[in-house]
Amino acid sequence: MNWTAIRAIYMFEMARFFRTLAQSFVSPVLSTSLYFVVFGGAIGSRIDEIDGVSYGAFIVPGLIMLTVMTQSISNASFGIYFPKFIGTIYELLSAPVNFLEIVIGYVGAAATKALFIGVIILITSFFFVDMSIAHPLAMILFLVLTCVSFALFGFILGIWAGNFEQLQLVPLLIVTPLVFLGGSFYSISMLPPIWQSISMFNPVVYLISGFRWSFYGLADVPIVASLLAIAFFLGICLAVVWWIFKTGWRIRQ
Amino acid sequence: MPAVLNIQNLRKAYSDGFEALKNIDLQIEEGEIFALLGPNGAGKTTLISTVCGITTPSSGSISVSGHDIAADFRAARRLIGLVPQEIALEPFEKVINTVRFSRGLFGKPRKDAVIEDILKRLSLWDKRDNQVRELSGGMKRRVLIAKALAHEPRLLFLDEPTAGVDVELRKDMWDIVADLKRDGVTIILTTHYIEEAEAIADRVGVIAKGEILLVEEKDRLMQQMGKKELEVQLSGSLDSIPGALAHHNLQLGADGASLIYVYDTNQERTGITKLLNDVAAAGLTLRDVVTRQSSLEDIFVTLVREDAA
Ligand SMILES: Nc1ncnc2c1ncn2[C@@H]1O[C@H](COP(=O)(O)OP(=O)(O)O)[C@@H](O)[C@H]1O
Ligand SMILES: [Mg+2]
Repeated sequence: MNWTAIRAIYMFEMARFFRTLAQSFVSPVLSTSLYFVVFGGAIGSRIDEIDGVSYGAFIVPGLIMLTVMTQSISNASFGIYFPKFIGTIYELLSAPVNFLEIVIGYVGAAATKALFIGVIILITSFFFVDMSIAHPLAMILFLVLTCVSFALFGFILGIWAGNFEQLQLVPLLIVTPLVFLGGSFYSISMLPPIWQSISMFNPVVYLISGFRWSFYGLADVPIVASLLAIAFFLGICLAVVWWIFKTGWRIRQ
Repeated sequence: MPAVLNIQNLRKAYSDGFEALKNIDLQIEEGEIFALLGPNGAGKTTLISTVCGITTPSSGSISVSGHDIAADFRAARRLIGLVPQEIALEPFEKVINTVRFSRGLFGKPRKDAVIEDILKRLSLWDKRDNQVRELSGGMKRRVLIAKALAHEPRLLFLDEPTAGVDVELRKDMWDIVADLKRDGVTIILTTHYIEEAEAIADRVGVIAKGEILLVEEKDRLMQQMGKKELEVQLSGSLDSIPGALAHHNLQLGADGASLIYVYDTNQERTGITKLLNDVAAAGLTLRDVVTRQSSLEDIFVTLVREDAA
């Protein structure tokens, strides 16, 4: 392993993040605050509690997941797509690094950024609602696994994308709907039975449920199912990355 | 001298089936400056990209200081620096950081003295804290060179380093190349300017349509270039060269209306005076005298045209 190279890629990508630090933080903090005002304040005042948890507190894990998933994907996909677009990828391809090292550098940086933002939202949330974290270690585990697996997914997306439209299409058409319908703002048990069954095919439901369990001990699906879901998703992404590594798909002509 | 780059039977076909390189054999010696000369689309960039690992060869073998570029890619690539033809740089990063990044990417530990030295040599030191996008085109090209040198490579590829560059920067570029050669770095540059090859190369290779047509010491090419042709046009026409002129080693021109004499401008005595005297003595009447120089350009054009036919 060329750790010096991995470090160089990681730091270079993080520098991009720190250059736009204010922007990187202000936007998620602002949107989270807006969610609290709209959902927690306006709607929450009519819902009051779900399974003994105030509505404001109930949506916190979902909000964090929502942001962390979309940030991981956009950071990682943009991170690798940008060098392809401006041509600086020549340097990665001619360097004494293998694909795995490139993946660790880019995905590691994208996941770190998303994790940062997730933590910022968590801290912001404490200002708005009264809440506690029942299983902190599980919470961190879920958060990190989600950041890493979605960053991997974003990396694959960035390798695949041939233009900016494609880069935005998948998050817009697939990820955002799945995340919004994944139980960020409601409990699956509040849905009509047919929609409850359909929701079971949405992988995001398992992640949000597991993450919420780590806060309040409440879950829509068994915690084991949540863990299996994230492991499965991670496994698929790793397999695809491995295949890209073997074939050089969309990287080397 | 051992070959620092050894290319054997290299063939490269792109995914659309286009054969950009056909059976390339090329050995580059340690410490030399090699100019790869060829028109646009000849395959120069493809050849460099394949050696550097940006494109994959269809068949054949390439090794750098004995390290196969596929089996032993880390050792091979550590020795190589690449300055690409197109300017491609992260626009928002500071100059010094992109150069540091390159060094790290090639697995070398951070060493600020090396980076400082490179930036100073390339007149970039004053610009080190500028964002790349604030630099002029020429400065950006220098940044590309700095990045390629950051890991102290032994073999440097410069893909059309002076294309679209002003005269001053071109001279600077040649000085930089000469400097690197003094440090023992082997340099392979591509160009379609013949004068560039003449100015700085030790050896010249001519490539066209994916094939290497000629590899020659530049000095030997210059010698050929130093040859001049004198055409003595006559009023009448001859059937054969008069016996009195036999020792001049002449050729009869078209229709026997001229005599052609090849001489070497590098020689002290060209023999022209004697020839013209002898021509007059033989009773021939001169109509006109024309001289022609065969340049590297002529050789190049002829080669490429023959190849196209
Ligand atoms: N990615 C590619 N796919 C198909 N053909 C290509 C590709 N890149 C270059 N070529 C073709 O290969 C030939 C050689 O190109 P190149 O190596 O860039 O030439 P040069 O650098 O000598 O100008 C050209 O005819 C070009 O059109
Ligand atoms: Mg080229």
